[in-house]
Amino acid sequence: MLAILVLSLLFASFGWLLGLSSKHLAVQGDPLPNKIDALLPQTQCGQCGYPGCRPYAEAIARGEADIDQCPPGGDACVQALAELLGREAKSVNPAFGTEKPPAVAFIDEPRCIGCALCLPACPVDAILGAPKFMHTVIASECTGCELCLPACPVDCIDMKPLAAQPDPWRAS
Amino acid sequence: MKHTLLILVSSMLVNNLVLVKFLGLCPFLGVSKRQETALGMGLATTFVLTLSSVLSHVAQTYLLVPLHAEYLRTIVFIVVIAVVVQFTEQVIRKTSPLLSQVLGIYLPLITTNCAVLGVALLNVQASHTIIESFMFGFGASLGFTLVLVLFAGIRERLEGADVPQPFRGSAIGLITAGLMSVAFMGFAGLIKS
Amino acid sequence: MSAGLVGSFPGGLVLEGHKSLSNQTPIRPAGLPARLIFPLRQRNGEDAPLRVSVGDHVLRGSLIAGGTHLMDPPIYASSSGQVMAFEDHDLPHPYGGSNRCVVIETDGQDESLPPLPLMDAETYSPESLLQRIHEAGIVGLGGAAFPTAAKWLKGEAAIHTLIVNGAECEPYITCDDLLLRERADEVLRGTMLLSRCLDCSTILIAVESDMPEAHRALLDTKTALGAQAAAIKIVQVPARYPAGGERQLIPMLTGREVPSGTVPAAIGILCQNVATVAAIYRSVIWGERLDSRIVTVTGDGVKTPQNLEVRLGTPLGFLIEQCGDYVTPDRQIKLGGPMMGHPVTRDTLPVTRSVNTILVTTTVGPTPTPQPCIRCGACVDVCPTRLLPQQLYWHAQARQLQATLDQHLFDCIECGCCDVVCPSHISLVHEFRQAKQTALARQQANERAAHARQRFEARQARKLREQQDRETAAQQRKSSLSQGASPKIQEALERARQKRASRHLPPASEDAS
Repeated sequence: MLAILVLSLLFASFGWLLGLSSKHLAVQGDPLPNKIDALLPQTQCGQCGYPGCRPYAEAIARGEADIDQCPPGGDACVQALAELLGREAKSVNPAFGTEKPPAVAFIDEPRCIGCALCLPACPVDAILGAPKFMHTVIASECTGCELCLPACPVDCIDMKPLAAQPDPWRAS
Repeated sequence: MKHTLLILVSSMLVNNLVLVKFLGLCPFLGVSKRQETALGMGLATTFVLTLSSVLSHVAQTYLLVPLHAEYLRTIVFIVVIAVVVQFTEQVIRKTSPLLSQVLGIYLPLITTNCAVLGVALLNVQASHTIIESFMFGFGASLGFTLVLVLFAGIRERLEGADVPQPFRGSAIGLITAGLMSVAFMGFAGLIKS
Repeated sequence: MSAGLVGSFPGGLVLEGHKSLSNQTPIRPAGLPARLIFPLRQRNGEDAPLRVSVGDHVLRGSLIAGGTHLMDPPIYASSSGQVMAFEDHDLPHPYGGSNRCVVIETDGQDESLPPLPLMDAETYSPESLLQRIHEAGIVGLGGAAFPTAAKWLKGEAAIHTLIVNGAECEPYITCDDLLLRERADEVLRGTMLLSRCLDCSTILIAVESDMPEAHRALLDTKTALGAQAAAIKIVQVPARYPAGGERQLIPMLTGREVPSGTVPAAIGILCQNVATVAAIYRSVIWGERLDSRIVTVTGDGVKTPQNLEVRLGTPLGFLIEQCGDYVTPDRQIKLGGPMMGHPVTRDTLPVTRSVNTILVTTTVGPTPTPQPCIRCGACVDVCPTRLLPQQLYWHAQARQLQATLDQHLFDCIECGCCDVVCPSHISLVHEFRQAKQTALARQQANERAAHARQRFEARQARKLREQQDRETAAQQRKSSLSQGASPKIQEALERARQKRASRHLPPASEDAS
């Protein structure tokens, strides 16, 4: 009986000590989303289900999202995330899309009506233009996210493949 | 002095926790994908094991025996280990959040690591003094860390090897662990009994 | 160790030279082909800007592309004729890039533009010499074709050692050997010119021990030139491949290693091929633009192997015809030597500034299939850069890019020694090239991603600002309304009230304020 009382008291004091130490060792902020974000391709396309790469990174850090939801990053990105987080490597989940070869948007000028609906759709402000003026995509800034395609009412935006540096390991 | 050194070597190599006594296999297989995480896990376990080894000896000698409450030994030891692990978790989360994220669930699972409880109970069984308990715990945890890092190194190499499809992943890992265990049997002749 | 050597390089192989196939006859002019083809791709991966259009008539020396900056050396027409078309040809660039070429049909007249203006020897300065080298379109003629003017400027420290590289280490290649035998005068005078301009304290010309005639020619010419050439030291290096590589030659001659990730200019050393130095001399003294080079056409697949003075842009097939044509139709062509050359399938491709050899071999049976690595370590023994090809291969196979970079992937000079000794016939250099390409592609992708992230964050910040501005404006409007209407509104309300009163109407409900 005495033993149980003494031990209960002891355990209670342990709990109180832990409470103190947890306040003292409280952590502010979390660098993990930064590390995850650094591995994502920054296409800002939203195919993962989040409005941009940073929200997706934060979701992974919180444990809400899986690492295989980014089609533009491809299997290489999933692999890198798996290595960072110590998880199993896998392929991109086809439910979120498939990896496509790098491409940039191109506005077909004869068809463009100058409605400016594509301008706010671009997550990196790569489209230059104004209402009733010709619009054009600045190719060096375009990430190929394709968010401008559904925004255009006359369907004048096409995706043109990008002549980027060949990546033999990705192709194989 | 010689006796304590003997305990250290014996618990580290001859009676290695993982490969000879087969305790603590869960983190051994779960946290050994990369050498950095394995080392982190090993050091965390070292801290927990050594501290809880000493604290549980203290609890046994100055609490359980005077109160004739040896029947509560398991509960008390588990609580001591749990408290130490909680504290360690807080420290790691503060100092290296990435390590804490990567170790994930395995960090709080050190509480249920049978090696930690096993060492505490073995100390009682062998009637170690407090110094002996410390050396035994420290040596055992060093051996655990050593084996974890070695295994992680081998697994990293295995990732690039041409392993037949049915053996990939944990299968070849377990075969490797078995081979390492056989190798560690070689240490049996290290100490003349 | 021969006199003048202070060090050696690790690894390497002593290879069967096959030099006597092509070094028994003097250099012969190759003649004019019907078509000349000039690729536009420069060393830095960009295309030289065009200076001609289809239908233009050009003379020898007309500028057809490039010349805008030091990494874009000018490309000159090497004979007179008419620009026929712009075509794409499958050129053997290991690192990608466009294949656009300018095609000129020669008219047989071979009319030239006047040479570049003569330079006054007394007023040479490093700047004027650099300008002349760039204008003449001179690039490294040892095979890598790096723009010479840009090479000088790569180091911040002054150049104290000039090494003129005549160590022709790769089997079959004899163009530098013949150049030294016949035009040692140009090489020595060019060396004197360069060293005076650079004001360097050590001047070395290196030849291999298996080039005795070239060595003799250099020594004789040096003696004939007397005191002005006294500072030049002529050194023989052992005939071990790849002794002619910059990073192997420099430790042998100076005892200093070029640190990984830097160039020789960073430690005050400049290494130039003998043909480059001769071209510099000719551009300064005779105002010649670089539009021809010596090419060795050799191998057991051509009937009369020899060295030819070739106009740049000449198709390979024309040159092989000049050498007696193919021995058998079943042949393989390599641009370069057997170790570092690039295989090509068609002989319609042109000779460019980087082509020093055309190696034609009769097919000797199927290439052996690669087997698994047996961990023998022979590749490690022969690597001249002290890398671990075995480890590089292991990590490359496992697609572990960071691990290959940790093993100094980019220090590999792709010499091919490891390929030769591998008992499992693994194409190690091919694997390393693919790994390098992947590393460059990933780096490019990371840079694009970082740029896109910046723009996205800037846009988010802008939208947040706009939203906040909208909210504060709305707040202000609301608060101004609740505090009592502005004077203008009060006046308008007063006017409305008076109007209603004058028309004997009941007052409107006061819901505006």
